[in-house]
Amino acid sequence: MKDTGAPEKRRSNTYAAGYVLALLLTAIPFGLAATNLVPRATALAIIAIAAILQILVHLRYFLHLRLRATAPERILALAFAGILILIMIGGSLWIMFDLHHRMWI
Amino acid sequence: MLGRLSTDALPFYSWVALSGAVITVVTFIAVIGLITRFGKWGYLWREWLTSLDHKRIGIMYVLLALVMLLRGFVDAAMMRAQQAVAHNSDGYLPPEHFDQIFSSHGTIMVFFMAMPFLTGLINIIMPQQIGARDVAFPFLNSASLGLTAAGAGLVLISLVIGRFSTAGWTGYPPYSGVTTNPGVGVDYWIWAIQLSGIGTTLSGINFIVTILKRRAPGMTLLRMPLFCWTTLASSTLMIFAFPALTVATALLALDRVFGMHFFTNADGGNLMNYINLFWIWGHPEVYILILPAFGIYSQVVANFSAKSLFGYKSLVFATMAIALLSFTVWLHHFFTMGASANVNAFFGIATMVIAVPTGVKVFDWLLTMFRGRITFHPAMLWTLGFIVTFVIGGMTGVLLALPPADYLMHNSTFLVAHFHNMLIPGALFGYLAGYMYWFPKAFGFTLDQRWGKRAFWCWIIGFYLAFMPLYALGFMGMARRMEHYEIAAWQPFLVTAALGATVIAIGLACLAIQLLVSIRNRANNRDLTGDPWDGRTLEWLTTSPPAPYNFALIPHVHHFDAFHEMKLRGVAYTRPTRYEDILLPRNTGAGVVLGGFAFIFGFAVVWHIWWAAIAALVGILVTVIARSFCDRIEFLVPASEIEEIENRRFLNLSKGNAL
Repeated sequence: MKDTGAPEKRRSNTYAAGYVLALLLTAIPFGLAATNLVPRATALAIIAIAAILQILVHLRYFLHLRLRATAPERILALAFAGILILIMIGGSLWIMFDLHHRMWI
Repeated sequence: MLGRLSTDALPFYSWVALSGAVITVVTFIAVIGLITRFGKWGYLWREWLTSLDHKRIGIMYVLLALVMLLRGFVDAAMMRAQQAVAHNSDGYLPPEHFDQIFSSHGTIMVFFMAMPFLTGLINIIMPQQIGARDVAFPFLNSASLGLTAAGAGLVLISLVIGRFSTAGWTGYPPYSGVTTNPGVGVDYWIWAIQLSGIGTTLSGINFIVTILKRRAPGMTLLRMPLFCWTTLASSTLMIFAFPALTVATALLALDRVFGMHFFTNADGGNLMNYINLFWIWGHPEVYILILPAFGIYSQVVANFSAKSLFGYKSLVFATMAIALLSFTVWLHHFFTMGASANVNAFFGIATMVIAVPTGVKVFDWLLTMFRGRITFHPAMLWTLGFIVTFVIGGMTGVLLALPPADYLMHNSTFLVAHFHNMLIPGALFGYLAGYMYWFPKAFGFTLDQRWGKRAFWCWIIGFYLAFMPLYALGFMGMARRMEHYEIAAWQPFLVTAALGATVIAIGLACLAIQLLVSIRNRANNRDLTGDPWDGRTLEWLTTSPPAPYNFALIPHVHHFDAFHEMKLRGVAYTRPTRYEDILLPRNTGAGVVLGGFAFIFGFAVVWHIWWAAIAALVGILVTVIARSFCDRIEFLVPASEIEEIENRRFLNLSKGNAL
């Protein structure tokens, strides 16, 4: 990582930027859920996208992960986590949608 | 003021429950009384409860596990006794009490026997095996222990105040929902596993960071002993799987307390999602329990065959393959609950695939023994018993992995026999092997081998007697968890199973006698060298019990089987010219205080005593903040003191003819 400026200053700047983005990405889903501005399906899609962006913001601004500058084993650990999350969420969606027609409601 | 708590909570509903409560209370008072009588409170507080030494914390974990093993076994024996007599009769247990017993048996054995046992063994041994002085986060370790003990405390107190869950150890809704189960039982279950689950997640993080960051110079990942690899895999599963359980039980608690509808079929809820989430955790959990035992077997089999482990790399890859595959099979726990054929086929095949790396491991262990000089130490007997028994259990597992076969056997005693056949040899035998193998490392004297062998034979014979009949009963159509039955043909099998439980009881008694006999003869069984079994890995380089800092000088590693190679080169016990000061974590009571507040919080939420719950939460928060402001978290062991300890070590080494 290139070292420019005082490290404390740089760090507090990224935290502030991350905090604002995180607040924004929280406010949007809450707002959509509370106001019914857009149709239900669109709202769900936007909430899902906001959730994924939220994760990326946390990784970038709070955990300071950079694809190029971070040690490979950390990227590997992150990739492993990604695979597991895909298995869990993908599997759950598959299973629950497969079961859906059995729910008589 | 006291929420739902009143004198009705006392267990006067059955004489069995009442005597269980009385025994619990009397034992508790006796322990408190004995500690006071011998004036050991100060010693207990200073040397043990507040200690951040990973070896002490590990020993406390194992002690908790052994106590809970006894309690869990009493539950099992009561169920076997009930089913042996309950043909066309009510037996001696009312149905409601029988249901509590099978629920608490499963909960205790998984969360409060197996989990603390493996966490304790990892704590004592893993840092020494990688040449470290402690785990990465010593205080976190103490907090994990406090949380686990708080959960165990909730299960134990449910015997005296109120009742335990009747919903089985899995707690499926709708039965565990508030409309069908309004009492406190399910709440006790939820908060006990919630607290211990958080403790486990923290332990997992601690172990992973320790392994990745605290290895001695030269200890590359592919030179780590296999127990460290299985710890790494198991800890990875802990931190990725346990959140699913935490979320599932937290949502169930919201349903119960605040009338939400996550798992009720009203307002868009879906109970199947609980079952889905529970087993996303539940199947990896099986491997969380079994993988550390695999690691222990790998250490034991190499040590007592006097050979290097066969196929080390294949064992590492098999371990990691199992860790990943364990996340792809969870639906096989609910094949029969409405999934379509495609979904069932996928998860059935994935389940069969996981048998392949496990098979690789079995062959590696067999080939390690091939042409080795085998010593039949009790730890080796547990290993041999495991290999044979586990293969039988594995084959019934592959049978159950076929969805059509599972449709016939689901929820029968065949399933009960199968998972006990995996977890008793696959986990418990391994922990007991580790206990007998590493006991001298923890306490400085070896365990009596004769009583150890008797314990093994009782356990393995008792195991076959108790569980083989359950396979047959499953084929005969007996469902699990039956309080009484009408079919006469079942009774001989159930009597045999009860006989098996009796033999296992004798095995437990042998374990207790072994401990007592060994303590009595400890002067003759001293382990002077720290290396009683001609060990191959670094934990045998330290003294027994190890100095607080484990290694005065951090060893340099050049080889897999590092210690064995050092002994071959004659450099294992070279005396350094000078010693340096060492920083060690300072004792703190914060872990105990956290555990105490967590226990009060759990108890208060169970009984809806909201003011106490809020007070306990504030207490937890204040403790954590106060601890984070504490600057004096380490203390210095001066070089002169280290030199003194090490001089004693070299004196003992020469007495033990190691030099």
